[in-house]
Amino acid sequence: MSALLKVRGLTAGYGGVPVIEAIELEVAENSVTVIIGPNGAGKSTLLKSIFALTQITAGTIMLGERNITGLATSELVPIGIAAVPQSRNVFPSLTVSENLDIGTYAAAPKDRDRTQEKILALFPDLVPKLGQAAGELSGGQRQMVAIGRALMSEPKLLLLDEPTAGLSPAYLEKIFDLVLDIRKSGVTILMVEQNAKQALRIADAGHVLVGGRNFISGTGAELLANDNVRRSFLGATA
Amino acid sequence: MIDFINLYLVPALTLGSIYALGAVGISMIFGILRFAHFAHGDVMSIGAYGVLTAVWFIPIHPLLLMPFGGALAVFSALAADRWFYRPLRKLPTIYTVIASFGVALILRSLMQILWGADNQVYVRGVTMPVVLFDTFRISALHAEAIVLTLIIAVALHFFLTRSRTGRAMRAVADDPELAAVAGLDTEKVIRWTWVIGASLAAVAGVFAGMDTDVHPNLGWNLLLPMFAATILGGIGKPMGAMAGGIIIGLAEELSTYNWIGEASLISPSYKTAVGFIIMVVLLIFRPQGLFKGRLL
Repeated sequence: MSALLKVRGLTAGYGGVPVIEAIELEVAENSVTVIIGPNGAGKSTLLKSIFALTQITAGTIMLGERNITGLATSELVPIGIAAVPQSRNVFPSLTVSENLDIGTYAAAPKDRDRTQEKILALFPDLVPKLGQAAGELSGGQRQMVAIGRALMSEPKLLLLDEPTAGLSPAYLEKIFDLVLDIRKSGVTILMVEQNAKQALRIADAGHVLVGGRNFISGTGAELLANDNVRRSFLGATA
Repeated sequence: MIDFINLYLVPALTLGSIYALGAVGISMIFGILRFAHFAHGDVMSIGAYGVLTAVWFIPIHPLLLMPFGGALAVFSALAADRWFYRPLRKLPTIYTVIASFGVALILRSLMQILWGADNQVYVRGVTMPVVLFDTFRISALHAEAIVLTLIIAVALHFFLTRSRTGRAMRAVADDPELAAVAGLDTEKVIRWTWVIGASLAAVAGVFAGMDTDVHPNLGWNLLLPMFAATILGGIGKPMGAMAGGIIIGLAEELSTYNWIGEASLISPSYKTAVGFIIMVVLLIFRPQGLFKGRLL
């Protein structure tokens, strides 16, 4: 599998203060890649940096053969990257249908109706809610609207920032199943997750960040089996 | 009853229409750019002067010359945004609020230099009211203002809910950061906000000028009731601002009716205070307004 996204020596942060340093990351095409690590490790900052929402001071980000370092967020959506932030990820006063529609504004899908149909097949719960304001939905349903909105632009790469944060265990399983379904439809996924164990189970590859730097990388199975990772991040006792 | 309709209700709805058209812009700018635009009244006045100048050269009904006023108001608003507000966009919004005070003074001074400080009228002479069913005596201007405002309200509603630009505007008003993440062109949305806000302000300015006369303080004097209308409707809710404008207009005018006994309930010279009282009471007890807008 060739790498869709390549991050080389990335240092980035806010207001001139670096949060992540010299990060190396590769995301294989049509894979689920998970970033885990303790609080404050810079996981979300890494995702935001790929999406041009931080200040990058060193390093490069390549999408396929194209150097996308320094491109603005609004330029990244049309070339096939979509992101779902962790919180405040729907437009509350817009209906579910309007929220999905917003996803098509920066990058119009070839056939809007068919794309929406495909997305609603992934989220059947949303069908009866299409005319409802997104702000009135439950946390899990909002997450689905947010992911649906991102998918409407038919991205090659989907960035998910803790998609299960604050959700009930029932929804947690649902979201992980969804991630696999989305990958099956040909979208590559890079996600940050707190629920490290479940996330690594479905992941093709995982990266552990500690203190803003790469700590260890491997396949999902390798990381699950790694004693160091198990002790530090998966709650296993020695 | 007929007197109530002829002398109070229709003028109240006209005043309400003027407030409504001005408040829409204030509310949209607050929703999308997150600041109270204190120069909005002066953008109204600029629109009124644009039409006044056009009337000098083309002596037809002022409302037919509205595009001239609209264009001048839109140009002023876009220029103010380009040179004064955009450079301050990344700073706390209080900087932009103060800048808008400055822009208000600049615009008013420019109007005084270009058109003089005197009161001027669109059409000289007395216009007779339209008499309906032998009983309703309604000034043509009042009828035009009310009907046109109604048409604008319906058009605006469809624009905001059905058009791509309208939906993008509502999305940016909801959450500008998420709108950027979704790849929306926020600067384009901002330009549209100015275009719509300033055009409607120009229409309001012309109605206000036709109702009385055109002078450099025309819009500035209407600013506070328009803010009251914006807060009443819920900040960032354009249709709420329209409803708020009508309510404030009705409250101001109808407070002078002789509800109890023979005399006016409130002396007409105090009627503007009614709008402020509503604004203060709302800010204390229901700051999100009638349509659940953003908090200040």
